[in-house]
Amino acid sequence: MKVFKKKSQSLFTNLTPDLENLDMSKFPVERIRNFSIVAHIDHGKSTLADRLLEITGAIAKTASNKQVLDKLQVERERGITVKAQTASLFYQHDGQTYLLNLIDTPGHVDFSYEVSRSISACQGVLLIVDANQGIQAQTVANFYLAFEAQLTIIPVINKIDLKNADPERVEKQIEKVFDIPKEECIRISAKLGTNVDQVLQEVVKRIPPPTARVDDLFKALVFDSTFDHYRGVVANIALFGGRVSRGDKIVSAHLGKSYEVNELGLLRPDEHPTETLYAGQVGYVIAGMKEVKEAQIGDTLYLHKQPVEALPGFKPAKSMVFAGMYPMDQSEYTALRSAVEKLMLNDSSVTVQKDSSLALGAGWRLGFLGLLHMEVFNQRLEQEYNASVIVTAPTVPYKAVLASAKLIKEHGEEVITIINPAQFPDKSQVVKYLEPMVMGTIIAPDDFTGKIMTLCQSRRAVQKNMFYIDEHRVMIKYIFPLNEIVVDFYDQLKSMSSGYASFDYEDAGYEAADLIKMDFLLNGRPVEELATIVHKDKAYSAGKAICERLKESIPRQMFEIAVQAAIGSKIIARETIKAYRKNVLAKCYGGDVTRKMKLLKKQAEGKKKLRRIGNIDVPKDAFINVLKRK
Amino acid sequence: MSRQTLLTQQHALQCLGTALGFVLLRSIATTHRLPPQADEASLYVHWPYCLKRCSYCNFNKYIPRNQNHAVMTACLQRETQTLLQLSQVSRISSVFFGGGTPSLAQPSTIAAVLETVSKHAHLSDEAEVTLEVNPTPAGKASLKDFTLAGVNRFSVGIQSLNDDHLRTLGRDHDSQHALWTVSEARTLCPGRVSVDVMFALPGQSVKSWESELEKLLPVCDDHVSLYQLTLERGTQLFKQVDSGELSVPGDDVTAVMYNSARGVLEKAGFRQYEVSNFAKNNAVSEHNIGYWKGRQYIGVGPGAHGRFVLRAVGGVQREARTQTLEPDVWIREVQRHGHGTRRRIQLDHHGLLEEVLVMGLRMNEGITQQHWKLFSPEDDLQQIFGMSEKVQEFQAGGLLKLNNRGLRCSWEGLALLDSILPTMLLELEMFFKKDCTQGNA
Repeated sequence: MKVFKKKSQSLFTNLTPDLENLDMSKFPVERIRNFSIVAHIDHGKSTLADRLLEITGAIAKTASNKQVLDKLQVERERGITVKAQTASLFYQHDGQTYLLNLIDTPGHVDFSYEVSRSISACQGVLLIVDANQGIQAQTVANFYLAFEAQLTIIPVINKIDLKNADPERVEKQIEKVFDIPKEECIRISAKLGTNVDQVLQEVVKRIPPPTARVDDLFKALVFDSTFDHYRGVVANIALFGGRVSRGDKIVSAHLGKSYEVNELGLLRPDEHPTETLYAGQVGYVIAGMKEVKEAQIGDTLYLHKQPVEALPGFKPAKSMVFAGMYPMDQSEYTALRSAVEKLMLNDSSVTVQKDSSLALGAGWRLGFLGLLHMEVFNQRLEQEYNASVIVTAPTVPYKAVLASAKLIKEHGEEVITIINPAQFPDKSQVVKYLEPMVMGTIIAPDDFTGKIMTLCQSRRAVQKNMFYIDEHRVMIKYIFPLNEIVVDFYDQLKSMSSGYASFDYEDAGYEAADLIKMDFLLNGRPVEELATIVHKDKAYSAGKAICERLKESIPRQMFEIAVQAAIGSKIIARETIKAYRKNVLAKCYGGDVTRKMKLLKKQAEGKKKLRRIGNIDVPKDAFINVLKRK
Repeated sequence: MSRQTLLTQQHALQCLGTALGFVLLRSIATTHRLPPQADEASLYVHWPYCLKRCSYCNFNKYIPRNQNHAVMTACLQRETQTLLQLSQVSRISSVFFGGGTPSLAQPSTIAAVLETVSKHAHLSDEAEVTLEVNPTPAGKASLKDFTLAGVNRFSVGIQSLNDDHLRTLGRDHDSQHALWTVSEARTLCPGRVSVDVMFALPGQSVKSWESELEKLLPVCDDHVSLYQLTLERGTQLFKQVDSGELSVPGDDVTAVMYNSARGVLEKAGFRQYEVSNFAKNNAVSEHNIGYWKGRQYIGVGPGAHGRFVLRAVGGVQREARTQTLEPDVWIREVQRHGHGTRRRIQLDHHGLLEEVLVMGLRMNEGITQQHWKLFSPEDDLQQIFGMSEKVQEFQAGGLLKLNNRGLRCSWEGLALLDSILPTMLLELEMFFKKDCTQGNA
């Protein structure tokens, strides 16, 4: 570590102030810029961040500097950023040293909540667009997030070194879709470092400094937090006024609890302690908080006995996708629980509820911001904690508007949210059912328009608008029921467009829907863990598909098994598992006994673990095959 | 086993006559009841060598480059002697020479082993002595010498009467050889010749199987064993089916094949007495019935299995014994220690009953009350299985019969035995658990 520091210092002494005795009072608000980089996946956000860090001397220039800010293994693998990371950069401009705070953001809209957190600490964004691919669905989503927050947007066209780069076309797209004059675009190659310095100059020139006064009372926004096993909660804060120093007593506006500041400083991106942080600056603070809950994202911190008006809080993360999570084997329950708890320490956007299934045992129902979020969570669970889990197919939260005053009184509210099909109220009890909707944006070459429209129609989508962002690429907006895109929509879209279509979505509220509860029966007996909520139009195909999967995964038995999908008392799909007609080992003499006994005893042991429905033995695998994500 | 323990055992036995000895023996008998019929056993002798490898076979067999018959004979004799002495049985009820291809052994080897048996136990002239025969011209030629050596029953592995199938199976004989061999064997041992046939072969249809059976009936003797081809991992046939080069009939088709064969054989006067075995004129295999009735057996030769009480060292429980697999290693061990037992597992009371149950239900007559009582004098079948809901389900489904005669499978049940057995084992286990907790309370 020491070696690394020395090396970086010797390289950048003329650029950076004396890091060992950093006096943060030398950076008044006028010489501070807070900004984010936003981009579609793989457009080069993290590579640009690496270059900015190198140029300003925050990290040494080595070949291994690949996406320094992407700390999680899953982030490096998937080329996405999940957890927002922050780095303070010192930059010389016109003879002055500026403090540029780069607040990195997740690249996917599932994490738009994280994006909005980060954005609220910024005054501007760099909107990266790939010079070859042009505007993609997430570029649009990210643009609107920044636009609505009234931030300065600097369009940056990256990868101009690529053979097929066409920056001119991309500039035209930006002009057409975002109404930003093409002269404002900066053409760069983050990989080669081309024009990256110009990006920094423009950050200083175009992005306004934060509006914060050092003479005001101390007031800071908690925009992120991480958990460290040795030091407790590390909160990332943006100072909206005043100053804070080591030893100060601070108070959380949300909880009213007070803490003493043990350590604070800059993130470069590694923690770099300082004595004091001043208005407009961004950094970290460690103040003896034991749980992430104590550093709620969006909370306001102030000095003891010097209360301030709290900053407008953030909306709490809203779970859009739910999935059951169970240990592969119940003996792993405790280990999995501790793994889930550890992950949740660093991801407050996951919600958790205990759940249990007759087939899969004890587990949890987890709520995620979106599909990618769920996948990332699972992958982290597997990679970082070595836990093997069964994850059930995702479902969405439905709602029901209750019909009578009596029912409303019973539930304590008029509109109830249904996460578990077992709680689905009967039609006679409700005025209407509601399902969550999303506004989906698809950008694709126009050759695929026909196919995409057919796919979307099959997903009950309603087209909202469509326009050409250049001669060959079209942007189509659809309102989708969220349920229709949670399973395999994106994969289908990708494969039918040879990978050229991009897709993104944002919350679009709830709409009334013809929802029904579908049961699955084995020889007439309902299997409660398989009950599911579906749209009436999809009942037949969904019922048939699940019956087929059950047929494939329940082994033949000594009698015939009817596998049925039912709505109320009406059977809408049926498959038959024919009875075994022969199952006996042909040969069994003296030399076969040992092997035969071993096999039979294994089967007998296995039978103990089977779930018995009526007289049918159903192996756990069958439930897994039906319930899990494909 | 040390000399000291041996002496202690002998001492205990000498006390038999005294009152103290009687009490001592009773206490042993209640905690470790000596399994029944410990005084006799059948003998299985394994000949591990084959001339060539059949495409479906993963059995313990070796293709030798050169073979020393004298060494092999000496070792088989030596191990027979050792194990007979360990078991202290006074009578050998039957002998079976299996393999491999035991008809490749020299008749003098067979004679020598039988002589050894007679030297250490009683082997009646009437005792069944079976030899597995490969129906090759060479095999046929030596049949007479084998009978002179003491063999009185032949089991001929004809497998199929269709030459295409025989080629697919990699057999070294054709259907004509098979017919000749059976005919010769019948002349030598009338009424004591069995034929093995296989079904569910690649490319076989129900119709072709039935016509093959019809062809077989007029030429075969009084015993038929019927085996469904099982694809064993690692065999050439498995690979061929796995790669799609060959295809075998599906489950539904093999079920029809099995049941139609049972019908055809029954009509021809053959009574099915076990899952795979049919006999007329009651020409059943005494030796094999021993396995299904849970009797003791001693296994000699590379990879052979045995189940017997080691009475010579004071054993009170049966042991499941497995001999060393590789012939060369086995030979060395026999030469050094007198036997090549590689693995010994004690069978406790529960373990023994499990085997009695699993093996007994393979027979058409099932497990009679008397048969079960031999092994379980305290808990009868009714007590153990009578109250079980699942057994009642099997009965209601017409698969199983439990009454005062005993426990047995129906005609339909026999074909589904492997689906029934795990449940039966669980019921047995639950009974013992319950029994145990009640006993403690």
